[in-house]
Amino acid sequence: MTAGRGSSARSREPARIGASFPLRRRPFIRSWPMGRLWLHRYVCFVAVAAALLITAGGLVTSTGSGLSVPDWPNTYGYSMITFPPSMMVGGIFYEHGHRLIATTVGLLTIGLAVWFWRAEPRAWVRRLGWIALAAVVFQGLLGGITVLYFLPAPVSIGHAGLAHLFFTLIVSLGVLTSPGWLAAYRRPEPLRDRTLLRLALLAPAAVYAQVLLGAVMRHTGAGLAIPDFPLAFGHLVPPSWSAAIGIHYAHRVGAAVVTVIVFAAASRVLAHHWARTELTRPAMLLVGLLLVQIGLGAWTVLSGKHVAVNTAHVTAGSLVLATAAVLALRVHRSRGSDAPERWRPGAAALEALP
Amino acid sequence: MQHRTLWAFVSFLVLAVAAACGGGSEPAESAAPAEPAAPAFDPATAGSVSGSIMFEGEAPAPETIRMNSDPVCVKAATDTETDYYVVGEGGGLGNVFVYVKSELPGSFPPASDTVILDQQGCRYTPHVFGVQVGQTLQIVNSDPTLHNIHATPANNPEFNTGQPIQGMTFDRTFDNVEIMVPFKCDVHGWMNAYVGVLDHPFFAVTGSDGSFEISGLPPGTHTIEAWHEELGTQEMEVTVPESGTAEASFTFSMG
Repeated sequence: MTAGRGSSARSREPARIGASFPLRRRPFIRSWPMGRLWLHRYVCFVAVAAALLITAGGLVTSTGSGLSVPDWPNTYGYSMITFPPSMMVGGIFYEHGHRLIATTVGLLTIGLAVWFWRAEPRAWVRRLGWIALAAVVFQGLLGGITVLYFLPAPVSIGHAGLAHLFFTLIVSLGVLTSPGWLAAYRRPEPLRDRTLLRLALLAPAAVYAQVLLGAVMRHTGAGLAIPDFPLAFGHLVPPSWSAAIGIHYAHRVGAAVVTVIVFAAASRVLAHHWARTELTRPAMLLVGLLLVQIGLGAWTVLSGKHVAVNTAHVTAGSLVLATAAVLALRVHRSRGSDAPERWRPGAAALEALP
Repeated sequence: MQHRTLWAFVSFLVLAVAAACGGGSEPAESAAPAEPAAPAFDPATAGSVSGSIMFEGEAPAPETIRMNSDPVCVKAATDTETDYYVVGEGGGLGNVFVYVKSELPGSFPPASDTVILDQQGCRYTPHVFGVQVGQTLQIVNSDPTLHNIHATPANNPEFNTGQPIQGMTFDRTFDNVEIMVPFKCDVHGWMNAYVGVLDHPFFAVTGSDGSFEISGLPPGTHTIEAWHEELGTQEMEVTVPESGTAEASFTFSMG
């Protein structure tokens, strides 16, 4: 039944949309209020900074520099800002650099929340801005606690898990403030595909579970518990077990599960909604990033956790999660013209903007 | 009136916070030291254990440490080779911690001298050493760069302290017996050291010739253990005669 609806949508869409959407796109953006466009650009900038922050955090763990600065919030007795750059040597370069970037992202997020508070007509989006601010503050506290208590695994895992959520939230805010979102991607016909909606919602949830498993593996030192790839000690299933081997193997099984879900969602988009570029682009990007991520995971094991490869695996994981969230949001937005009003109380105010 | 109340409240709050935060660095008043218990044996009958630790086979060649993440280390370092396997010309194995593992009669107060762990040339000196429970360990930064001293014990409290200035010292004692407590510097990932913490003074660390001697031991049968950071542990029983010397030699090999 569901498949039937998807098939009918596919058969109707190309003729209508293919002719009109590309031509209208540019004039629409030109007519968009400059203030809102700058807000969107600013959110995108914060997202890039957050991705950089995640990379810096990944470098701290990959280089084993997490405790190279024993104090917090100070750095060797200096305030964070006055710590001399000439003393940023060895592991301090990574740890103190991570703190500086984190502070910058914190300040940018304050700006984001205030900008939303002043300019965003949708109350629920304004709330998301405040949630992002609360998340980055809490994230900073978790970072401090994990240093002061010598990297306890639960705190470090929480720090990693919240980092990916924060990045995904900022990317989501970028989607929510984009011209395409506000115009419902200029699709007069709503998307009627419950299977795709379920898959699109399942994908980020599965990716996030996998990200958390990766964080557990990383912060319990299980990254090389299974030293070979693609087999495990020469077998499909490890011949002997320990906690570390279990965690590592669960991450590999998780990768397979995520791959199935992502491929199912992307196939659904490409097979039934080829003309909806707002869906095909994130779907194809998601598949591409996932393949890169799997390759990086294998390379991490085979290289004995090479710092650059290991860190790239962390960053790519975050990009996969954020892309899955973008696809889910866009699928949700494409569901129908009644969805925005029901979903966002500030829609009327938005429509009243010049 | 409202302003006065507010100011009074804020002043009280500031004073309370200052009072709560202050005073933390004052050393706690300790109880009077107990009289050191005398060894439960006649010191005139004390014997010793001596021997050597040998390495059989070909030891892995030392690797050159790349210190270029800190230019000061590059300049200050006099030794840039790993010291996991210190094998002398005659096959003696250095940096092996040898100690009496079995229970000893009586109790042994901590030695009054201070053990020094120096950070010099971005290496720990010594690399392997021992202290008694309660004995002062002084950690010194002789380098013109900053280090953090991060101990990761299992039976004692973990600590991580920064020494950003050359000449800084930091004293520490251990409360519990532990073989071995690892030390590392997270700034310079190649820096590591190990300390054996015991409740008696009967331990030694082999030199590059692999020899050791533990003296002042009560006569009787003792278990001697030899610990190496890469090669693990070996133990044997020896009988120390009154005022005599027992022989204890070990041979380690790869795999």
